[in-house]
Amino acid sequence: MIFALLGKLRRYPAPLRWGLLAAGLLAALGLPWALYPPVAADILCWGLFAVAFDLLLGHAGLLSFGHAAFWGTSAYATGLIAIHSGLPFYVPVLGGAAAAALLAAPIGWLAVRRSGIYFAMVTLAFAQMVYFIANQWGDVTGGENGLQGIPRELPGIDLSDSFVFYYAMLPVVLLGLAAAWRIVRSPFGRVVAAVRENPDRVRALGYSADRYKLVVFVVSAFLSGLAGGLYAVNHGFASLQEVYWTTSGKVVVMTVLGGIGTLWGSLIGAAAVVRLEDWLSTAGFEETGLVTGGVFIVAVLVFRRGVWGTIAHVAGVRGGGERAEHEPHVQEPDGTPQRVPS
Amino acid sequence: MTSFLQQTFNGLVSGGFYALLALGLAVIFGMLRVVNFAHGAVYMLGAFGAVVLADSAGLGFWWALLLVPLALAVAGTLLERLLIRRLAALDPLYNFLLTFGIALVCQDLLRMKYGSHSQPYEDAPFTGSVDLGLFDFPRYQVFVLAVSVAVCLAVWLVLTRTRVGTIVRAATERPELTRAFGIDTGRWVTPVFGFGVGLAALAGVLAAPMRAVNSSMGGDLIITVFAVVVIGGLGSVFGSVLAGFVIGMLQALGNLYVPVLSQTSVFLLMAVVLLIRPAGLFGKEEHA
Repeated sequence: MIFALLGKLRRYPAPLRWGLLAAGLLAALGLPWALYPPVAADILCWGLFAVAFDLLLGHAGLLSFGHAAFWGTSAYATGLIAIHSGLPFYVPVLGGAAAAALLAAPIGWLAVRRSGIYFAMVTLAFAQMVYFIANQWGDVTGGENGLQGIPRELPGIDLSDSFVFYYAMLPVVLLGLAAAWRIVRSPFGRVVAAVRENPDRVRALGYSADRYKLVVFVVSAFLSGLAGGLYAVNHGFASLQEVYWTTSGKVVVMTVLGGIGTLWGSLIGAAAVVRLEDWLSTAGFEETGLVTGGVFIVAVLVFRRGVWGTIAHVAGVRGGGERAEHEPHVQEPDGTPQRVPS
Repeated sequence: MTSFLQQTFNGLVSGGFYALLALGLAVIFGMLRVVNFAHGAVYMLGAFGAVVLADSAGLGFWWALLLVPLALAVAGTLLERLLIRRLAALDPLYNFLLTFGIALVCQDLLRMKYGSHSQPYEDAPFTGSVDLGLFDFPRYQVFVLAVSVAVCLAVWLVLTRTRVGTIVRAATERPELTRAFGIDTGRWVTPVFGFGVGLAALAGVLAAPMRAVNSSMGGDLIITVFAVVVIGGLGSVFGSVLAGFVIGMLQALGNLYVPVLSQTSVFLLMAVVLLIRPAGLFGKEEHA
């Protein structure tokens, strides 16, 4: 969060930059005081997941509709490693993320053959395959019951208190966010953005567009895996819900709500959705899809820049809502819709 | 041998559902460049429509088969006019996301009203089965297979033999050129969308007597149908229908011989097809 913020702030005057940075840091540190700590931890997990997802959607222009596969695979893998090894939870979480990246390699290799809407359908279908496997491989995953009793281990520190656990997992999330920010600002990230804008030209320059897409896909899956593993440790179990397609949809809504391509707006989107769902379930309202779906419809129809994209746009900051900036105008001056070449 | 034939028949029946849904998706995509995520929700609403008509108005299966697709087709045209059209000029991803949101809302609205357990539907016509020597064919399933094959054939004939079909195909393949010939392709967008939605609703009504009618019946199905159209080629009506039947059979026979792979077989096949022909078996390479 902090590093992502730093990157954005390069274009602001220095006092504002440091002010926002401090505010972000304070928010991250103070969150478990303001909210019920397990919910605060959930916000961190979903926030990292949404940033990892936006790395792919906002910066590579690839809408994966199957990111639940990576979040969920890591949740299961993390859980299995933690249960069977008893190592400090950082190790299982890293192992889970590695498992997610390993799974992402073949899926990504096949999926990058298609772009746009096809890419979304292909990733969705592969994620559903992972769901079926998790469902059928009951000996390992617990099937319908999920994987129960995932321990939170850290020698010398008692992590049973969610408040303490929040601070134990915070560094992992910050490292993940820093990695996402670093990738976007790197020469590699520049090529990825160029692939999004004009793949043919990038190919003409001698880059393999597909290889860049594949690498960013795997990196995104790795970071999603970090988030999913932490989530499993936070809750002490991994369920089929983690690999189900609604989870893929949830991370999309977070990113759209925060602002596609703003990277750190995803954190705001994640916080908003997690808070909303927590509030609803506390109130005994179980049909969260009704709300997520409604938010989706509104965001896509009238709020395409998202929260952070809108703020950046209003403030006139270049680079705020990078994707939104390239978004074609819906209406021509004479009011006729204009179809833009994709 | 008997079980092989039995499963082949079962596969063709479920393939009929895939084909009807894939066909609707294909014509909608062709005309609007919209991948309608809400297609599974329409299928679900179609099945619920049959249940509601029977419970509240006492109208049986045949009425449902007529009224429900019509009503949902009208709802679909409204949806196209009011919402989907607004995003037509943007990246197709936005309409994909919009219809995803609509699907979630429909699914949870029904869950709120009816819970997650299945609704009974008692109005099945053609009870019992016919004995053709090898095994007993349930008569209702024979009917479903006949309807799906007939509808697919009819659509194919309309698309290839009539003027409307020619316009739709032309607008699908070369929208700019078609407009340049002075044909108002915009006029056909809404009816085609309504028609595709109606097909999904029809599949839903057909499913009501033989499948579990619950709020999640469409969500899982639509993802398999996505895999079907990726295999057949999203731009290709013929490919989508053929892939629908092939995958129905693949799943049913998989269930017989390698039960573990039954559900994942369609996605494995998709992986193989992507490897060999990224545009699908009958699709054309295009950017969308």
